[in-house]
Amino acid sequence: MIYPPHVEYFLKIVFSETILRMCPHLLLWPCENPFRCRSLPAQRKIYMRSPPIPEMATQEVQLNETLAHLKTESETLKSKLEEERAKLHDVELHQVAEKVEGLGQFVMKTRRTLKGHGNKVLCMDWCKDKRRIVSSSQDGKVIVWDAFTTNKEHAVTMPCTWVMACAYAPSGCAVACGGLDNKCSVYPLSLDKNENLAAKKKSVAMHTNYLSACSFTNSDMQILTSSGDGTCALWDVESGQLLQSFHGHAADVLCLDLAPSETGNTFVSGGCDKKANVWDMRSGQCIQSFETHESDINSVRYYPSGDAFASGSDDATCRLYDLRADREVAIYSKESIIFGVSSVDFSLSGRLLFGGYNDYTINVWDVLKGTRVSILFGHENRVSTLRVSPDGTAFCTGSWDHTLRIWA
Amino acid sequence: MIVYRKIEDIVTRIQDETEGVPIRTVKSFMTKIPSVVTGADIVQWLMKNLSIEDPAEAMHIGSLIAAQGYFFPISDHVLSLKDDGTFYRFQAPYFWPSNCWEPENTDYAIYLCKRTMQNKTRLELADYEAENLARLQRAFARKWEFIYMQAEAQVKIDRKKDKTERKILDSQERAFWDVHRPVPGCVNTTEMDIRKCRRMKNPHRVKKSVYGLAEEGTQSQSPIHTPSHHCRKGTKEDVEKEILFLNTQLDRHCMKMSKVAESLITYTEQYMEYDPFVTAPEPSNPWTSDDPSFWDLEASKEPSQQRVKKWGFSLEEALKDPAGQELFLKFLESEFSSENLRFWLAVQDLKRMPQQEVAQRAQDIWTEFLAEGAPSSINLDSHSYERTSQNLKDPGRYSYEDAQDHIYKLMKSDSYTRFLRSNVYQDLLMARKKVCVIACRNIEGEMQRCTLKF
Repeated sequence: MIYPPHVEYFLKIVFSETILRMCPHLLLWPCENPFRCRSLPAQRKIYMRSPPIPEMATQEVQLNETLAHLKTESETLKSKLEEERAKLHDVELHQVAEKVEGLGQFVMKTRRTLKGHGNKVLCMDWCKDKRRIVSSSQDGKVIVWDAFTTNKEHAVTMPCTWVMACAYAPSGCAVACGGLDNKCSVYPLSLDKNENLAAKKKSVAMHTNYLSACSFTNSDMQILTSSGDGTCALWDVESGQLLQSFHGHAADVLCLDLAPSETGNTFVSGGCDKKANVWDMRSGQCIQSFETHESDINSVRYYPSGDAFASGSDDATCRLYDLRADREVAIYSKESIIFGVSSVDFSLSGRLLFGGYNDYTINVWDVLKGTRVSILFGHENRVSTLRVSPDGTAFCTGSWDHTLRIWA
Repeated sequence: MIVYRKIEDIVTRIQDETEGVPIRTVKSFMTKIPSVVTGADIVQWLMKNLSIEDPAEAMHIGSLIAAQGYFFPISDHVLSLKDDGTFYRFQAPYFWPSNCWEPENTDYAIYLCKRTMQNKTRLELADYEAENLARLQRAFARKWEFIYMQAEAQVKIDRKKDKTERKILDSQERAFWDVHRPVPGCVNTTEMDIRKCRRMKNPHRVKKSVYGLAEEGTQSQSPIHTPSHHCRKGTKEDVEKEILFLNTQLDRHCMKMSKVAESLITYTEQYMEYDPFVTAPEPSNPWTSDDPSFWDLEASKEPSQQRVKKWGFSLEEALKDPAGQELFLKFLESEFSSENLRFWLAVQDLKRMPQQEVAQRAQDIWTEFLAEGAPSSINLDSHSYERTSQNLKDPGRYSYEDAQDHIYKLMKSDSYTRFLRSNVYQDLLMARKKVCVIACRNIEGEMQRCTLKF
């Protein structure tokens, strides 16, 4: 009830129903209590045909109370879960790893520098042939290189700037890319150098915000994408049909990685909500979730056995999460590292974790012992992307300094 | 942004009177240089307080903090840290990048104009600044009078200030412009990752005037026009979903850390000899030696002993390698149980098909492997069989998941273990060893070099 009873009685007698239909608050006193009246600005209330019904107001109160109640329940469950998991945390990884032989000194140098992009390099991917790569940049160019000879083999100009995602098809016969156009397009690579690649372009994925990452699954026929619209999606390349969508992130999804197993059907994604989620590709359900980072997760990558994954974040740390323990098992950080990690990847055995940072460097971590093995200088601006080659013989970095470098 | 907070924390600590660097006034020729510290002092402090061992690393992080605009060399436009007697000064919080300045060109024009009015040799414009000024004069030809007036007003205000304070403020202002209008060739640290633009303090990058000038009316829009609902607030459904999820997680059986650690260590140690970063590949890493023979060998029909050994790690490894898969298939054929692997491969193939062809292929697989009187009949337990035939009513990519799982486990526990003990595999594994042994004997006996090949 909005009026004191005596006033309402008075109003009912004196005024007709039509006047009462106007928002009473305008007649008597301004509405400030959001539980009593839907919070519309005062001006709009004049045009309201029916005033807010008291029952609905109480319903809203109930809704808010239920929400608060649910949130408390959720918080309690979270604490309980943390308690349960902590019980199994009997030792630290680096403690058990003390018995492992230390790694020797590493000599890693830039072995190739790929110049040709006119602006920031944003993304790259290796071909299964272990020497070709595809890279994309802010100026809309997507280039396919033979990194071994440093020759450019194909170039496509996208209709948008900021091509933030690119991927090589497993067959080596196509590349996928996208970015600010909110789409993921597939370009078949022609052997004929003169052919215009853009003519054969196929639009596969459609999101409602920028495309942040894309990856072919085990075949050329399906693509997995992640987007600034907070979702991931699985698409059939031939028809462009959406096969499965993945909802659960509360903010932009920035990265994804497919589980390495031949039999697995899962992938992990990381987002601006600081969460890393593991998804079942068949059902679209989130099966595990990890939230220990203090800022956006820019990159996620599976450990080669598929039992764990690493993440890199704006909070300047890389972390290792194990799926069987369902928790974070290691943090890779240093006081002197304050700039965010843009990209991470493992060496073939999983012993080394390479991180590309926004302070223009690459830090190499001993995954088991948790120590930094090496710091590599060379790029003249942020390292935006980093991938280890399929046979682990080298890794490639792309940077805002317009170049790509191969390190070994 | 998180990195600005961290830098500001460092910069505050470094200026602390007791725990920081010595900031003092230095006497030089006829003048005094107020409020400076040497590069060497900064490097030393960074090494001590951020636990850095290598001075090169300290210089690098220091240069980055300078490039962001938090401190600067007093006699250079290039913002970097040197480990010597060069003098540096700290930037005023007003000019800190975390305030998300997007200074207009009008402000820059006023600033350059002001500099030309001050008539001191040390404040002369650098070449690139003179060029910038000329460009701005052409661009703002019509409102140059206004700009000139503003510059004059600024100079008047400046004259009233205390000499030392002016020196400091002038240098800080110059450093501010060195960040926002960097020397050509230097990194522009104000460039943003477009994906993160939305959540900055100034998401639409509205330009505000450094000198407090009124808005000219134009507002620049960020290229991502859709307003972000960054971090959607939880609705009732979201929280309910979360509760369901948390309850499922509570029921999950998890492994102890000690076991997990052992598992990770075992895996890594097993594969370390295959990791080119840890163990140099034979004959050489193509990237370091420029010799691609390593790749040629891997692609050849004859797998190396090392590769054959890997097939023994797990069924997955054996199947991953086409040569391993081929050998395993041959072995199964010899045991008349190849239909299992062929079924598994067919289902893998099914999952990779374009959507249009899935239904047909699923039917074909049923006909080939599971139907009554199928040519390559596989053995499924009745439960999986029931489930699969149900799935086939609406055939899809994942119709055979249960069946495939069952068959895989069967192969792993049964056929695969026999395969590893089989002659076919053992011969291949030992084959290379045979070559070595014979070679040795010959050398012993006759000092002859043997180039036997299997």
